[in-house]
Amino acid sequence: MPVSENSTGLKVWQIRDRNQTLKRWFGYLLAVAAFMWCWKQISDVTTWYFVWDAPRIAADIGSRAMPPRWDYMGELWVPIWDTLNIATLGTLLALIMAVPVAFLAASNTTPSKTFVRPVALFIIVSTRSINSLIWALLLVSIIGPGVAAGLVAIAIRSIGFCAKLLYEAIEEIDVKQVEAITATGASRWQVMVYGIIPQILPSFAGITVFRWDINIRESTVLGLVGAGGIGLQLSSSLNVLAWPQVTLILLVILVAVVLGEWVSAKVRGAII
Amino acid sequence: MSTAVLTDVTLDQRLGTAWKKPNFIKNPILRWALFIGAIVYLILAFNSIDVNWSRVSEGLIRGWNFVVAFANPDFFSRGTDIREGLIESVIMTVTSTVVGIAISIPIGLGAARNIAPLPVYIVCRGIVALSRALNEIIVAILMVAIFGFGPLAGFITLSFATIGFLAKLLAEEIEDMNKVQAEAVKATGSSWMQWINYGVQPQVMPRLVGLSIYRLDINFRESAVLGLVGAGGIGATLNTAFDRYEFDTAAAILLMIIGTVMVLEYLSGVIRKKVQ
Repeated sequence: MPVSENSTGLKVWQIRDRNQTLKRWFGYLLAVAAFMWCWKQISDVTTWYFVWDAPRIAADIGSRAMPPRWDYMGELWVPIWDTLNIATLGTLLALIMAVPVAFLAASNTTPSKTFVRPVALFIIVSTRSINSLIWALLLVSIIGPGVAAGLVAIAIRSIGFCAKLLYEAIEEIDVKQVEAITATGASRWQVMVYGIIPQILPSFAGITVFRWDINIRESTVLGLVGAGGIGLQLSSSLNVLAWPQVTLILLVILVAVVLGEWVSAKVRGAII
Repeated sequence: MSTAVLTDVTLDQRLGTAWKKPNFIKNPILRWALFIGAIVYLILAFNSIDVNWSRVSEGLIRGWNFVVAFANPDFFSRGTDIREGLIESVIMTVTSTVVGIAISIPIGLGAARNIAPLPVYIVCRGIVALSRALNEIIVAILMVAIFGFGPLAGFITLSFATIGFLAKLLAEEIEDMNKVQAEAVKATGSSWMQWINYGVQPQVMPRLVGLSIYRLDINFRESAVLGLVGAGGIGATLNTAFDRYEFDTAAAILLMIIGTVMVLEYLSGVIRKKVQ
């Protein structure tokens, strides 16, 4: 037991001995040094005059942004509809692609652990690690600006997310039910339909609405790179410095996000 | 005579009706209403998307070029740009995660109903809700407008986004904690700080570490796009590469992002296993 002596020679209990304490302090020192170095890099390329000036600029923008230009709302209904479509259809498209990937990636349903599973896992990691905005950037340069590019971008980005959660759900199913169905002489597909799918259906529905909620958030900004939705209006309003319009669009986005979260929470509450 | 009775009808009657899979939604009216509503929505939605097919077929060649570029990415012709962008992304990630965690711990404590008094709870929950509702990109646009171009805007954006994520999950963890341990510490006559330090912190620490590392991973991914709006990081280089149709450079950047995320994910798995 690590102990130290205080000035009167009394032994005092300590949680760590001297070497451990030194190691920990050295670790902390390294971490703080690394942080300070990183901060210095940021500080070096920052124009501090702008930063000290920031409160005035913020107040200036704020005064120009209020009140929101309410009559601009008439031009926003179509972009809002487009945004909703990008999120919903994108989620649907993603699910169509994610379900097979999930079944190929789950270790208890994959046809081959050495060949198919790594490929499926790579699809999951690579689609997940690239932000939907980057996918949108890529797709805009391939299929042209518009709603379609945003839709496909959202779909691709969501594959990894949905497939990952779904294959974890598949791996956690109760084996006994599957065995019971197999024991009746069911074929591979019948085992799938009656043994596995009923078990993962609730988590499948939960994942769907969860991802839909996230996609609503993400589809609001896709327009910044030209991929349709309300972001297009946002970016054009920003480009002409029409701050009252920007305020209104931000309010609309805020309402859409809160509504999306509310719907998703309700649906998940009803399912699970 | 008995053979005449055993027609198909009577056999079916004797066996009873066959088993059918129960429906997912029990109420038939609701089921059909949802079904028809979904179909109508899909038709409307599909009709509102106009795809310029000639543009698509033109673009497919470019898409194929991108796939080819992925097979032989070009790390070198814009090597310095890529390196500087990536380092800047990492720097933004590290600093914003550290600062974000430091700010979100007190806010997380304040947003837990079993620890904080009601006024503090409402303020902290408000901050969390605001941070979660605003997309990173939108915050980044505002920050660039206010603080000027560069990684500082990205750093502030990511720190702000970290608060919403970490404080919310930390608060939920604290609300789910075991009350008995916390009460035992309180019964020894500890001060508030001691109570938090010995009664609450040990219970939520493993989860906090896990979440922090997960957030580090998310922040890196997000830092890759902040450059699109001028908030520093690799995104600016990536955007330029796409605009100039330099798909091999873009592919190199994307591969490096994927690689870094994979490494981070692996590390976070190792660390989380160690902590829990």
